[in-house]
Amino acid sequence: MESRIDLTHGSGGRAMARLIEEIFLTAFDNDMLRQRNDQACFEVPPGRLAMTTDGYVISPVFFPGGDIGCLAVNGTINDIAMSGAKPLYLSAGFIIEEGFPIDDLRRIVHSMAGSASAAGVAIVTGDTKVVEKGKGDGIFVTTTGIGVVPEGVCISGDLAQAGDKILVSGTIGDHGTAVMVRRNNLSFGATFLSDTAPLHDLVRRMLDASPRGLHCMRDPTRGGLATTLNEFAAQSHIGMLIMETEIPMKVEVKSACEFLGLDPLYVANEGKLIAICDPAAAPLILDAMRSHPLGKDAAIIGEVQEDPNHFVQMVTAFGGRRIVQWLTGEQLPRIC
Amino acid sequence: MKYIEEFRDGKLARIMARKISAAVALREYRFMEFCGGHTHAIFRYGIQDLLPANVQMIHGPGCPVCVLPISRVDLAIVLARMPGVILCTYGDMMRVPGSQGASLLKARAAGADVRMVYSTLEAIRIAQENPSNDVVFFAIGFETTTPPTAVAIKKALESNINNFSIFCNHVLTPPAIKAILNAPEETVRIDGFVGPAHVSAVIGTRPYEEFAHEYNRPVVIAGFEPLDIMQAILLLVHQVNESRAEVENEYTRAVAREGNLKAQALMAEVFELRPSFEWRGLGAIPSSALRIKPEYDHYDAETRFTLPSIPVADEGACQCGSVLRGIIKPVDCPLFGTVCTPENPVGSCMVSSEGACAAYYLYGRFRNISHQS
Repeated sequence: MESRIDLTHGSGGRAMARLIEEIFLTAFDNDMLRQRNDQACFEVPPGRLAMTTDGYVISPVFFPGGDIGCLAVNGTINDIAMSGAKPLYLSAGFIIEEGFPIDDLRRIVHSMAGSASAAGVAIVTGDTKVVEKGKGDGIFVTTTGIGVVPEGVCISGDLAQAGDKILVSGTIGDHGTAVMVRRNNLSFGATFLSDTAPLHDLVRRMLDASPRGLHCMRDPTRGGLATTLNEFAAQSHIGMLIMETEIPMKVEVKSACEFLGLDPLYVANEGKLIAICDPAAAPLILDAMRSHPLGKDAAIIGEVQEDPNHFVQMVTAFGGRRIVQWLTGEQLPRIC
Repeated sequence: MKYIEEFRDGKLARIMARKISAAVALREYRFMEFCGGHTHAIFRYGIQDLLPANVQMIHGPGCPVCVLPISRVDLAIVLARMPGVILCTYGDMMRVPGSQGASLLKARAAGADVRMVYSTLEAIRIAQENPSNDVVFFAIGFETTTPPTAVAIKKALESNINNFSIFCNHVLTPPAIKAILNAPEETVRIDGFVGPAHVSAVIGTRPYEEFAHEYNRPVVIAGFEPLDIMQAILLLVHQVNESRAEVENEYTRAVAREGNLKAQALMAEVFELRPSFEWRGLGAIPSSALRIKPEYDHYDAETRFTLPSIPVADEGACQCGSVLRGIIKPVDCPLFGTVCTPENPVGSCMVSSEGACAAYYLYGRFRNISHQS
């Protein structure tokens, strides 16, 4: 096979068929894909279905701790899992720029296959397009996911109530910092790894601990912790008070953000979740999180309060108080 | 984070807060932090919460984006729209509104080649990569960012780069402080100044001595970390209590009395004083800004291009001028938080992260609400 993608790989002809056969089918191999139809057909399990879609445009495509492939699988699994659903199937769409190295594509596809199989989710349908050189930037991946919500589970961003506890599953800012450090070729004498990970198993454990105690859940990707908290506040018409000293953060991430002029509260995460829980259930849920490898650093960082202005406020480590505002403008372009 | 966390320590902050509370007498203390970097830190760390109610911080004009009058923004837009020109600028300037809602960001959307850079040398590189274009660097800032602009001019000269010039808007700190002190007494009473950190690393502490000796106002140069600011406030309280007016240096880890002589020499080599320069809010201040010396005028965009003369006129309802003079707080402006927000700024103080309005909006709005209710 050639070493680079050219326009024939997206033309619908023989070159495209070969690319699909040799790269996508081999890696994603499953019964539905093997039927080679333009769609996947499957039985619908009982219960409510959850569906989501996400485009991945991250630059660089390979970064410490991951690549655009595993990110595209984990990110969509997480968006499904944040409803409490068990993710079942994914689709994958690729927009590839002419000239993209086929070895890189193979590496990305293998990474997707590895993540999907580790998470027990099948990639059952897909699409490939090639655009002329200069009309894309290497590769963009879009994944769509579908999952089923267990009976009795009702999680939504508009369900936070005054008195609820705010939990975060681990250290924040790891992904965005890893990408920025790589992008700027910085070396701080420390290793920065993206935290990209599928969170559905952690969510399952939290639901086992308290099926009805979880009110809101979201993974703080673009815009980070601050943005997700503001989204909940606006959706639920409440305010929040968080404690800066309780927010888990790696010291090297803190240092790198300081150097790069970033506020870690706004830096993207790809393997963390924020949960708003009933105060009585919070300790149980926290214990469940800490018993899972992806939640070992989980912490309660604050609580929901009545506030007609829907402000997210923070008691600073310094001892003062301030607002944690919505992100204005773009802090970090193309982080996921 | 070693050597940074120590200056943000909550325990030390509480000790310092107790010291300030114990030191204050039964009177009002009104201190101006000149620099927008301090304003930002005060809000970001919630320093006002740690101060007694009778210690008030007044936010000064030390935000280079904020003090630039609309006419200079308009001129930058004129430059950006000229055929063949690539205008390079620091990010904040992109969104500053000029006349009739124009901005560099909008000019770019309409086809002008405006590029955001992080340093003057990046602009030089763009000039080297685009030999058939005229690259103009929109230089703004106080004494901190002036030496890098001088370096860029020298570098362009040495490397024989002829398609590069500077639209110079560098301004000076001491004349602005003097203008505030010379303003009519009823506008604003200031008992002392928290002096800027990075500016003073360049100019030293000596230029502030005039304010202590002739205007009888204490000045404490402070670093940008929250404990630096608390310490400076404590020193100012002591000076006021003891009726002293001296220049004290809290930021000894970076600032010396004479400043950075090499940087000063570089500035003197390339720049000269403008007889007068218009500041937003403060009006025309004599000898308050720099222009490029005639021997370097090949690199001066104002001589290289024919620029129209644009009259100075600030927007009607926008109160940035009064905010910059410390006469009103951002919340007292009728546009604050309604018409004027960081997403849709009407005035420059809402654009820059060093602007008092942006700092209030981003970090401190809950205070205003609780005051109103």
